[in-house]
Amino acid sequence: MDFFLQVFVTGLVVGSVYALVALGFVLIYKASDVINFAQGQLLLVGAYVSLTLATVYEVPFLLAVLLALLASVALGLAVERFVLRPFIGEPVISVIMATIGLSSFLGGVIQVIWGTETRTFPQVFPTAPVHFGPVVVSQVYLWSLGLVLLLLLVFSLFFKYSRTGIVMRATADDQTAALSMGISVKKVFGITWAIAAVVASVGGILIGNINGVNPSLAQIGLKVLPVAILGGLDSVPGAILGGFIIGLLENVVGGYLDPLVGGGVKEVIPFVILVLVLMIRPYGLFGKEIIERV
Amino acid sequence: MRNPFVMDCGVYHASYREDMAILSAPAARVKVACIIAGLLVFPWLVNPYYVGVANLVGIAAIGAVGLNILTGFTGQISIGQGAFMAVGAYTAAFLTAKMGLSFWIALPAAGLVTAAVGAVFGIPSLRLKGLYLAIATLAAQMIVEFVVVHWTAVTNGTAGIVVSRPSIGGLVLQSNRAFYYLVLALSIAAVVFAMNLMRTRVGRAFMAIRDRDLAAAVMGINLFKYKVLAFALSSFYAGVGGALWGHYMEVISPEHFTIAVSIEYLAMIIIGGLGSVLGSVYGACFIILLPIILRGLAGYLAAGIPGIENIMLGLQHAFFGLIIILFLVFEPEGLAKLWKNVKDYFKLWPFSY
Repeated sequence: MDFFLQVFVTGLVVGSVYALVALGFVLIYKASDVINFAQGQLLLVGAYVSLTLATVYEVPFLLAVLLALLASVALGLAVERFVLRPFIGEPVISVIMATIGLSSFLGGVIQVIWGTETRTFPQVFPTAPVHFGPVVVSQVYLWSLGLVLLLLLVFSLFFKYSRTGIVMRATADDQTAALSMGISVKKVFGITWAIAAVVASVGGILIGNINGVNPSLAQIGLKVLPVAILGGLDSVPGAILGGFIIGLLENVVGGYLDPLVGGGVKEVIPFVILVLVLMIRPYGLFGKEIIERV
Repeated sequence: MRNPFVMDCGVYHASYREDMAILSAPAARVKVACIIAGLLVFPWLVNPYYVGVANLVGIAAIGAVGLNILTGFTGQISIGQGAFMAVGAYTAAFLTAKMGLSFWIALPAAGLVTAAVGAVFGIPSLRLKGLYLAIATLAAQMIVEFVVVHWTAVTNGTAGIVVSRPSIGGLVLQSNRAFYYLVLALSIAAVVFAMNLMRTRVGRAFMAIRDRDLAAAVMGINLFKYKVLAFALSSFYAGVGGALWGHYMEVISPEHFTIAVSIEYLAMIIIGGLGSVLGSVYGACFIILLPIILRGLAGYLAAGIPGIENIMLGLQHAFFGLIIILFLVFEPEGLAKLWKNVKDYFKLWPFSY
């Protein structure tokens, strides 16, 4: 039972980061029908920039995070403007390949600048673990879980009440209608990419505080696909719930099966779930079912 | 009289037979004969290292033509070509190294097994389209990778399998030059088969599905049959390519078939030209030669700078990504179209107007 609770808590924390990264992914898909294979690299950029600021330039941690998020906004806007804008209205495969190319490009640049070794954040969160009955949880886990929940709440309020949020929802709903109401769809795409880069960076910074930062973190960018498919590609609540479900399942199932087959189950479980979801319910838990008419 | 030196200046076909011909003008036939002769003598003109590179290009071309049948002609996006090559490579290696069968049995067997696996992963394509299918094939890639690492009884896990070069009669194809002729024969067969396939009923059905699958279904094309067939054919190519690759490298291990490989194959057909058989060959050349040329350049420019390896690897990835994006933006039809533009320009040169 203790073991179960332990993997359960880990799953919850990992799942919260998945939810955050998937949120950005789904936002991009909703607004512009683009599957972003570079989400993992956006996450890495945020983590590396804040880490470099905090360690090399000894900027206070919070300021470093803020600056990293600003950098993410700039990166998101630049990516939208220079990479994705030419692909509006192009076939699906071009768009997919463009984001794959983008992920390769960003991954390469990251490797040139930061190399491949694991770097660690300076100690920010207190190290003393917290005990919940039999379960021992390190404080950084609690912080990231709390921060993610807070961020998810802030974003739901943002989409529901703020002017920009409403404009974004309108664009996601119907681009033509949004255009005719005087909404600049291009600007909305830019904001969407900026937000996606920011939430990915926050995810990267949190995961980086737990495990250190190295290029393999970009794998999270691929794990987001099962999350988004499970929740429904165009559903924000779906992405959040899907993130928690996938995080929990991979850690609980991986925790029990890994010793039996010799590791690696964690990596493959999300994709097995992905195949099952695609077979049974391709539009996911909350996604809109696409009906094709001739 | 027509100028005997021009390839084709216009459409002068008088029969369906002429219209269907791959090589329409006599000069084109001469050109192809020259190219094949050139390919035959190529290994004796350069040193064995370049022959080795040519072998890799040939093997990649087989895989790329296969992927182009699926993605370029049938419109089903697959991010799993690397996984299918793994299936082929491991099947062939298992049959030759562990069962002791001849390479000449293992090669077609690898193709057939991979075709079967590909067909299984192709079944969801009936319900899934576009993005969703791409994600499903990505899952196939991940699952095959996992199986390859963990099914140690067959694959030896991460340790890999050591295989030996194939032999004909008593002659072992040990040198790069000898292996070159095997690769050449198979890749020419692959290209010719694909070109002919596109002129048949099956090929036309593929293209109809690509252009609009609902319309194709209305016209009586059995979507399920043809989509699965496209997956099987494409995987057959991947399986043969993988088997060849394994027996060429003489050792195979899981890290040779990661998602990065699948992406490289997608890049080959994008850069070469979607829906162009020869384009896949150009793309294969381009993607295989790119890192080799970059490495050569780095050797000249930065010998002795510490940590240059890592930086070069990073630059290589960045450059690779950049080229994909640039091609997609400026020439979505790839090298095949660029080459056609050049030829078109010279058709009427110097009197272009």
